[in-house]
Amino acid sequence: MAGGAAPGGSVQSKTYREARGWLLLPAWVTLGILTLAPLTIMLVYSFLTKEFRGGVIWEFSLDAYDQFFFDRGLFGDEPPRIEWTYIGIFWRSIWQAGAATILSLLIGFPTACFIATRPEKERTLWVFLVTIPYWVNLLIRTVSMKFLLRDEGPLSDGLIAIGAISEPLGIVNTNLAVQLGLFYSYLPFMVLPIYAAVERYNFALSEAAADLYAPRWTVLRRILLPVVKPGIVAGCILVFVPSLGSFLAPDLLGGAKNFMIGSLIEEQFKGNAGNWPFGAAASMILLTLVLILLIASARQSQKRDG
Amino acid sequence: MKTLLKTTVAAAAMALIAGAASAEGKLVIYHWFEYIPQELLDKFSTETGVEVVMDTYDSNESLLASLKAGALGTYDVAVPGDYMVQIMANEGLLDTIAEGELANKGNIAPEWADPSFDPGRASSIPYQWGSTSFAVSRDVYSGDIATTDILFNPPAELSGKINMLDAQGEVLAMAALHMGIPQCSSDRDQLRALNDMLQEAKTHWASFNSDTAKEVLVSGDAAVGQIWDGFAAKGRAEGANIEYAFPTQGYVVWMDNVVLLKDAPNRENAIKFMDFLLEPENIAAVSNFARYNAGLTAVGEFLDPSLAEQPESNPPANAGPGVFIEVCDQATQEVYDQIWTNLKK
Repeated sequence: MAGGAAPGGSVQSKTYREARGWLLLPAWVTLGILTLAPLTIMLVYSFLTKEFRGGVIWEFSLDAYDQFFFDRGLFGDEPPRIEWTYIGIFWRSIWQAGAATILSLLIGFPTACFIATRPEKERTLWVFLVTIPYWVNLLIRTVSMKFLLRDEGPLSDGLIAIGAISEPLGIVNTNLAVQLGLFYSYLPFMVLPIYAAVERYNFALSEAAADLYAPRWTVLRRILLPVVKPGIVAGCILVFVPSLGSFLAPDLLGGAKNFMIGSLIEEQFKGNAGNWPFGAAASMILLTLVLILLIASARQSQKRDG
Repeated sequence: MKTLLKTTVAAAAMALIAGAASAEGKLVIYHWFEYIPQELLDKFSTETGVEVVMDTYDSNESLLASLKAGALGTYDVAVPGDYMVQIMANEGLLDTIAEGELANKGNIAPEWADPSFDPGRASSIPYQWGSTSFAVSRDVYSGDIATTDILFNPPAELSGKINMLDAQGEVLAMAALHMGIPQCSSDRDQLRALNDMLQEAKTHWASFNSDTAKEVLVSGDAAVGQIWDGFAAKGRAEGANIEYAFPTQGYVVWMDNVVLLKDAPNRENAIKFMDFLLEPENIAAVSNFARYNAGLTAVGEFLDPSLAEQPESNPPANAGPGVFIEVCDQATQEVYDQIWTNLKK
């Protein structure tokens, strides 16, 4: 994603050219079964009639999308108005994921630069250290985060002990806790692609710029950043997209008081509502949003390369 | 719809799993989390030679969703709550137990032998029963807690320190008791008032969580928690200074039941397991572990003596009525679903 792989090298040997189709077969089968088929089911279900208490009736219906965009009152018989509930839930999720992405970028970029400027032998060790938290399950990491942040937790107690605050922190069950949780969960996804980009950067360029009297800030802005931008974009996408659909952090750290996209969709399948077409429709809308984002970023990088 | 689903790849995969599970001498249980002691399952295996496999779920609704999504035919027995037995029967997810199939059926206590949610116990046997109310930290609040105001209109000391179960049925049933309206009301003024009351109450709540309902009370993260009676008793045993409330407005009563699922791959073993749980000594082991009540006669001598005395099992004289969660019709249920969405939006 960060442009790390060699650009599609041409196949020279005849043997390999013939085998190429077969070699791709497992990938196509996997994609077909694990991605395309479920997506198709979801798309079809979003246009079906809901069955009471879960399930679908095989009759075409736009009710799911109607419910998403139009508000007909508590009893469903008022004239339709724009429904802000679900748009609000999507907006909240985008905002939370965006905040987590920016936080990750602020911490991840310097970290990646630090690792990339270490002697070559040390770098492997640093990258290894970044990935260590990933040996632990996401649920356990999120619960641990809660234990750190809670009012009687070490962070709050520590800050009170050194006199930085007088009241307990009161972070748990707020949006800030959710953002911190998402940031912590996905930080390595930011660090690793940026590191891959910075590692390939030739620091002689920075030295050359400095020799020509460019101040440090200008070197960073005009030389380093444009070169490593693909890595930054990749990192941002890798943090933003999973954050957008997450429901562990909002449930455990945010107190589940407000739906996020992920928990709204979960409720349609696992909760009391049992409204599968609506869950599918919300998923399709989320998917469309992410797709637009990815296409926009792909276009931009095309423009740059072209 | 079911036949169409079965043609999909996902259902085919499910069928494969089911095929593998139906090898000789197995029993596949679908059960609530943290409920049945492993020793009891081991005892059943030793007695019968049947290998037991168990999956868990965390709410009646997720049990229903997963069975409807194609897990039927994978499991032999499940443990739905009262209202969910009725819903599952209506959905055609249950098998009928013929008269005489269960040797120990006579052990069922008379008051649980013919419940409204499963007349004549056609597909189920009693498992455990108890109540859902709330527990209050006595370190934080010393006033009267026998009122649903604690949850919905709390005193200042408790505001912002309340954890609710993340379960629509239990929250809305409690809210109906608080307002003194029916659980499946179709009166628009009542429903609007319910909606408004919950919006106001939410400003006092810290979180919605079922999985950690006990932990937040033990850790002190919450001072009030909507909770099941057995979980409150366990929390107390783990050192939390909490008291379980029986509000004068009433509280929710529930009964979990072992049901025989339709298309059970190991039906014979399922019947054996149900007979096993109808022996007082065995069901008492569940009660002693989970701190709930059993629905059998002659179970008393096997119960931990402290169980009968625990405050969570003994409503005081001024306690309101214990009511089951009701099953609403589709039109009514849709309004309640909307109220729940409004609450969590």
